[in-house]
Amino acid sequence: MDKKILEIKNLKTYFFTDNGIVKAVDGVDIHVNEGETLGIVGESGSGKSVTSLSIMGLLNDTSGKVVDGKIEFQGRNLVDLKEEDMRKIRGNDIAMIFQEPMTSLNPVLRIGKQISEAIRLHLKYDKARAKEHTIEMLKLVGIPRAENIYSEFPFQLSGGMRQRVMIAMAMACNPKLLIADEPTTALDVTIQAQILDLMKKLKKDVGTAIMFVTHDLGVVAEMCDRVVVMYAGRVVERGDVYQIFENPKHPYTKGLLKSVPVLRQKVERLASIPGNVPSPKNMPKGCKFAPRCKNVFDKCWEEEPPFYNVEENHSSKCWLCE
Amino acid sequence: MLNYTIRRVLGVIPTLILISIFVFLFIHLIPGDPARIVAGEDATAADVELIREELGLNRPLYVQYITYMKGILHGDLGTSLKTKKPVLEEIKNRFVPTLTLTLFSIFWSVIFGLLIGIISAVNRGKWQDYTGMFAAVSGISLPSFWLGLMLVQIFSVKLGWLPTGGYGTFKHFILPSMTLGAGVAAIIARFARSSVMDILKEDYVRTARAKGLIQKVVVWRHVFRNALIPIVTMVGLQFGFLLGGSVVIETVFSWPGMGSLLIDSVAFRDYPMIQSEILIFSLQFIIINLIVDLLYAVLNPEISYR
Repeated sequence: MDKKILEIKNLKTYFFTDNGIVKAVDGVDIHVNEGETLGIVGESGSGKSVTSLSIMGLLNDTSGKVVDGKIEFQGRNLVDLKEEDMRKIRGNDIAMIFQEPMTSLNPVLRIGKQISEAIRLHLKYDKARAKEHTIEMLKLVGIPRAENIYSEFPFQLSGGMRQRVMIAMAMACNPKLLIADEPTTALDVTIQAQILDLMKKLKKDVGTAIMFVTHDLGVVAEMCDRVVVMYAGRVVERGDVYQIFENPKHPYTKGLLKSVPVLRQKVERLASIPGNVPSPKNMPKGCKFAPRCKNVFDKCWEEEPPFYNVEENHSSKCWLCE
Repeated sequence: MLNYTIRRVLGVIPTLILISIFVFLFIHLIPGDPARIVAGEDATAADVELIREELGLNRPLYVQYITYMKGILHGDLGTSLKTKKPVLEEIKNRFVPTLTLTLFSIFWSVIFGLLIGIISAVNRGKWQDYTGMFAAVSGISLPSFWLGLMLVQIFSVKLGWLPTGGYGTFKHFILPSMTLGAGVAAIIARFARSSVMDILKEDYVRTARAKGLIQKVVVWRHVFRNALIPIVTMVGLQFGFLLGGSVVIETVFSWPGMGSLLIDSVAFRDYPMIQSEILIFSLQFIIINLIVDLLYAVLNPEISYR
C-alpha cells in the first residue's frame, strides 16, 4: 500500500463576498502518495486553484475561508495550524509554483536574493552557504550562467527562464510536496516541453511528490500517475492515468477527452462540451453536471450521485455507474 | 545607471531653453508697451524713451533674449521696481526660509504619511485602517489657516511653548511645518494606502508568502519598494507646490517666504520680480522632476537598463 503524504478530506472552501457565499470547493477528497504525481484536471472555475491555495493556507488575502474538512499532511491537520506553524511548512515541506512566471517574481529584487531568502529562512544557512546553494539550484534547473543570473533581475530573463527560477525557488528547501498550479499554461509549447521534462527529472532525482493542477490533458498524460477530475468544486472521477484515459466513466471526463485534438484525424470542428460551468449561485440541485450532460435522466436532476467504484482505484460520481 | 543619469540630465536642456524663452517673452506678452509698464503710469514720454533705451527694448527681440540670458547666467535677474534692489538678492532672502520650511515639512509628512498608509493597507478594514483614514481625511479637509490658528492658540497662547510666528530658530519651524505638512501627510497616507493595496494583490507577493516569509518581511522587502514607485511622483509634485510658498501659512505665521513675495510683487506690478519668480518656479519643477526620474531608476532597476 502506498503511503499517503497528503490527504484532503471533505474540504469546503467558501468565499464570502458582498453578493453572497461562493462555494468554490465543496466537499473534496483528494490524496497524494509519496513520490507520485497526481494530476488535478478541470475547466476554469472548477475549484482546482482554490484547492491548492487552501493547502498552502494562502487564502488570507482573499475573502476565502476553509469552512470544513481536513487537510492532513504528515499526520498534522493544516487547517487547524497556527499561522506561525503553517509558515514553517510553507516553502519548506510544501512548495508551490504558479501559473504566471512573468508576474510571479518580484521585479525589483535580484534573482539570487529571491531564492536565497527562503533557504536562509528554512534551512538556516548563512549568507555565503545560501548563495552557494542557490547557484547549485539554478544549475539544477538548467539555467546557464547561473553565477551571473544570480545577480540579475527578473526582467532580464525570458518566461521559460523565469519559470525555471520559480522551480529552483520551490525546490530549494527539498519539499516533500510540490504544488504546481498550471506551471506551463503561459509558456510556448517548446518551452512547455522543456519545463515538463525538468519537472519529471527533478521528481525522479529528488523523489518529491507533485500535485499537478492543469486543464491540459496532454500534460496529464505526460506527467501524472493518477488523475483527479474536478467539476464545480467537486471531484467527479478519480483513477490512475491509464484508467482515466482508456476507460473514462464520467460523462464530463469523456467530454474533456473528446475535446483534445487528435493528430492524423481530419475533423471539421473540435468537439466541445456545450454550456458553461454552473455559476455558484445557480447550482443545480442534483448532479452538478446534469445541465450539460448528454446522458442526463430524471434521477440526475433530483439527487447528487455518490462515488461508485468501477475498477480498483477508479471511481466515478455518476448515476450511470450505479 | 550612469548612462541613464547622463541621458536624463541632458534631456532637461531643451526644456530649460523653452522655459527661458517663455519667461523672457513674459514682459512682451503683457498687454501694453513694456517700456511704459516698466516706467510706470505717470512717466513722461521722454522717461519712457529713456527706459526703452536703457533696457534695450528698442533692439531686435533675439538680441534682447541673448542679453537677458547672459544676465541670468551671470546671476543678474534685473532690478526690482519696488525696492530698487537686485531681484536675485530679494529672492534669495525669501527662498531660503521657504526651502528650509518645505524640506522640514516634507520630511516628516513623508515618514508619517507612509507609515499611516502602509499600516492602513496591511490592516485593511480593521481599526488601524479606520483610524488612519480618519486622520487622513481630517488632514485633507481641515483648512490650513484654521489649523495654523488652532496650533498657535494651543502651543503659543495657552501653553507658551512655541513662538506665535516669525523666522529664526528651530522653534519657529515647528508650528508652520506642522500646518504645512498636515495636508501633505494626509495625501501621502491615502496614496500610500491604495498603492500598497494594489501591490498586495500582485502575484509576486503571493510567491513571497508561499516561501513562508513572515508578514513583516513580505511587506517591507517585497511590497514597500514596489509601492514606493508611484508615491515618489506624488511626493515630487507636492514638494514643487510647497516650494512655491503658501500665502496662507506665511501670513498666519508672519513667515518671510516666496508666497508673500509673489503676492506683493503682483500687487505692485513689479514685473522683473514676477518674471524671475516664474523662472524660479519652473526651474524648481524641472529639478524635482529630474530627481523623481532618477529615484525611479534607483527603485526600479528595469528603467535604467532600457
